[in-house]
Amino acid sequence: MAAEPQGTEPETLRQIEVTVNGQRERALVPVRQLLVHFLRDTLGLRGTHIGCDSGNCGACTVICDGKAIKSCMQLAVQADGREVRTVESLSGPGEPPNELQATFTRHHALQCGYCTPGFLMSATALIESGAELDRESIRRGLKGNICRCTGYVNIVHAVEEAAGVESPEGAAGEGEGR
Amino acid sequence: MSTPTKTEPAHITTWERPETNRPAVGESVPRKEDRRLLKGEGMFTDDLWMNRMGHVHFVRSPHAHALIRDVDVSRAAALEGVYATLTGEEVKQLTDRYPQIAPEPGGRIKDYCLAVDKVRYAGEPVAAVLAETRELARDAAGLVEVDYEPLTPVVDTLAAARDDAPVLHTEVGSNVGWHGSYDFGDIEWALENADHVVRIPHLHFHRFSSTPLECNAALVNWESGTETIQILSNNQMPQFAALFIAPALGVRSDQLIFKSQDIGGAFGLKLTSYTNITAIALLSRKANRPAKWTEYRSEHLVGSCHGNERTFVDTEVPVMADGTILGFKTSAYDDVGAFMRYEPLGGVIFSQVLPGCYRFQHLQVDYRTVLSNKTPVGPNRGYSRLQHLWLVERIVDVVASQLGLDPVEVRKRNYIRADQFPYETPNGCLYDSGDYHGALDRALELVDYEGWRRRQREAEGSGVRIGIGIGSTLDSGTSNFGQARIINKDLPYSGNGEAAICKLDLGGEVSVALGTVPQGQGHETTTAQVVGDVLGLPPDDVWVQPGADSARNAYVAFSGTYASQFAVTGIGAALGAARLLRDDLLAVAAVVLEAHGEELLLHGGTVSVEGDEDRALTFAEIANLVYANNAALPPELADQVTLNHRYVYRPPFGVPDWRTKTGHLTLTYASQFHVCVLAIEEATGKTEVLDYAIVDECGTPINPQIVEGQVHGAAAHGIAAVLQETLEYDERGQLLNGTFWDYHVISCPDTPMFKTDNLPMPSPFTPTGSKGMGEGGGGPLHAVCSALQDALGPDVVVADSHNPTERVWRMLARGEGGGRAEVTSREAGER
Repeated sequence: MAAEPQGTEPETLRQIEVTVNGQRERALVPVRQLLVHFLRDTLGLRGTHIGCDSGNCGACTVICDGKAIKSCMQLAVQADGREVRTVESLSGPGEPPNELQATFTRHHALQCGYCTPGFLMSATALIESGAELDRESIRRGLKGNICRCTGYVNIVHAVEEAAGVESPEGAAGEGEGR
Repeated sequence: MSTPTKTEPAHITTWERPETNRPAVGESVPRKEDRRLLKGEGMFTDDLWMNRMGHVHFVRSPHAHALIRDVDVSRAAALEGVYATLTGEEVKQLTDRYPQIAPEPGGRIKDYCLAVDKVRYAGEPVAAVLAETRELARDAAGLVEVDYEPLTPVVDTLAAARDDAPVLHTEVGSNVGWHGSYDFGDIEWALENADHVVRIPHLHFHRFSSTPLECNAALVNWESGTETIQILSNNQMPQFAALFIAPALGVRSDQLIFKSQDIGGAFGLKLTSYTNITAIALLSRKANRPAKWTEYRSEHLVGSCHGNERTFVDTEVPVMADGTILGFKTSAYDDVGAFMRYEPLGGVIFSQVLPGCYRFQHLQVDYRTVLSNKTPVGPNRGYSRLQHLWLVERIVDVVASQLGLDPVEVRKRNYIRADQFPYETPNGCLYDSGDYHGALDRALELVDYEGWRRRQREAEGSGVRIGIGIGSTLDSGTSNFGQARIINKDLPYSGNGEAAICKLDLGGEVSVALGTVPQGQGHETTTAQVVGDVLGLPPDDVWVQPGADSARNAYVAFSGTYASQFAVTGIGAALGAARLLRDDLLAVAAVVLEAHGEELLLHGGTVSVEGDEDRALTFAEIANLVYANNAALPPELADQVTLNHRYVYRPPFGVPDWRTKTGHLTLTYASQFHVCVLAIEEATGKTEVLDYAIVDECGTPINPQIVEGQVHGAAAHGIAAVLQETLEYDERGQLLNGTFWDYHVISCPDTPMFKTDNLPMPSPFTPTGSKGMGEGGGGPLHAVCSALQDALGPDVVVADSHNPTERVWRMLARGEGGGRAEVTSREAGER
């Protein structure tokens, strides 16, 4: 599988096989390459973003084997044999938005859009987890993602609607108590 | 945004076309931008790629203040895959120092894109490497050896301003880069004749940053063949950047070809990235290949720019027995870090809102711009006004607290009244419209103010205190650049403006090119709403091209997205251009359909005769006639119409008077009224926002949902700053929290679910009655400090804009960590 290291030289490249958005990908990757750089640079999936270098902001969130992970905190080689889903899996180019994407637009849950793919993937994993959701568990569930534009209020409303959670302010979160 | 008294905006499920025959302005139409952004198809700078491009990494100083004895790049340059290196010594030879906005003495500063001879803040770039991969560039940067001779750092603002402080820039002579005095009315008379004088010795507005989630980035290609410098970047005001880059590089401004697409937030902090862009351009020329740089978050926090820190010393407030505040005097020390750059503009911009929301008549501010060994500042959201408005709101609350007055009543007694608009302030600013009393009442109603006052009394002795605070704030927008003359009389700037191009393309399609550089504000959508209404088209049929693109020619020197002005300048330009296109369409249709202009209707991409709709021309037919069939038109008509119009919107400004520091400094004054209900756990000082309401007023909203989103976002920044976010330095000038682990960016569960309402008071001065908005005026900084003051009582003055748990606990348990105030009252009958 991996190229034999020569002498005492550290191994620098390794073959990986990973399923990304349903597609089997084989690649020879530098062992120090981050998963997020593999997705962005090697596979050209530029929807996954980088907002920090410490695992705090969640812009790079993808779903790996069903769990939301931060792809800047993993090496590409760690994804070997795994199944990764990125924002590009939610709806194809030119296709209508999926339900979550539609609620994000409806509630104006994005402004600059840089954090949005990470929020969509975190929220997707949260909804797919099957956990009983309410406003507080949604707010806690989104703690791993930073948005600097929206103040989160409309993101909470969007995820509530997509998750079928009744907003405390009434149907579809409209009115917001205003 | 919705209120019980207004019609709910129609809900449009996804990106479906709204009906074509309804005006789109005033509707919350879904954003055009969302489609690509939600699919991960946005195009941010780091997404861009060029053949043969290399990656840049900066070598940064570990010292806050040191002489550079030597920079040795030989080990880095020897690595295979390293294309070029750049040092301060080379920069000194290859470029001129940047022009300075500041007059003497701050204007003497020698500012280059890399440190020359000396470093002045920890994180300052001293060298740069261009290499085949980002990892290799970083490795190579680690091999650059710099020999430093450390100097004593100057960190504390007031200490830096003293005559005996070590000087950052010897050519300035001291660390005071600019000094100016503002004096209106007669403050000494007011202090002598007031019933009470409240003195507040020390107030401190802390340093923080709105940290856009996308860091700075640029891909620069200095093409030797065309002699152009292509700059693909997320800089938010490219023509401003060009004013610095072109003279530094010694190139023509039109050699700089700027381009940008999507930008991941900016908040004013992406205005000063011209320094990085200059260095990247030099590396590109040196290596003869494109050079790309994407800032790491840890670099951004230490090395880009921060918001201004400001200390107010010896504030004195004359107050009458009935609670009328006559004004105030203060000395402001604005800490701008190691370089002037955008400064000392903060030294005049605060005066756009000199009396805040109040009828204060006697005002004196002595203002110093102070240099220190910290990261330079940039115009962070609410720039320079939020620091000043925080002072004004602290003054009002401290007066109420010290004199035992009701903070609501004191505000209402002193607010500018609705019947006084347009209201001229003592320094000649004209507040366009507002209803501050009504807006505060609505905000109090949203939180059930009386109910909370009752619960506050009930909570006494329970171990949890409740504080209720108010923040009244302004978002002044559309600056008159003539105010720059107040800080430097020789600057040849005045007025403001923005450009847009509206054209009909070959197949009859309408497009608009903007000069603005949005970062999430939804310009594509609001422009399409306004232009669509002019031309009878649904917003989806108007293609809007935002972002910088020198080739489109839709720019003036003021172009960009900053300072709450798009709804006036950007929309004004788009509207003007669309009306010119409409005039062309009507002119062609009138001739071809043999009708009068006033008989013609624009609807759904067709011009038709009212009452005789079969007599009609489609936009495609008109495009065909003008572009491809012009011999069929009467020559005088063919000569007249172009279907392609550039329009520059110019707000009605005069030139402010630099001698008296007066003038019409901004066109619009959006206002916000915040009410915060805060719980404080007495044993720990832990705070929790129990309820939060914001009522904003920004004239006629074009898209209420976008307005509300901006209100939420600005409020989150304010909550973050007052409770969580601070940039702290140790005595050696080391930033103590330079990553997102220790710079505590506010997260979803930390942010209150704000209640909002909007009370439109159309501006009489703007094309659509809209006002610029979005910066928000730092409302939560005022409101949370006010709530803390309410809970703490008169023995402690909330004297810092940053109040984390530990400081709240110290104020509560020990009376430490806060400030104090003194009241001198005139004896009854003394007057």
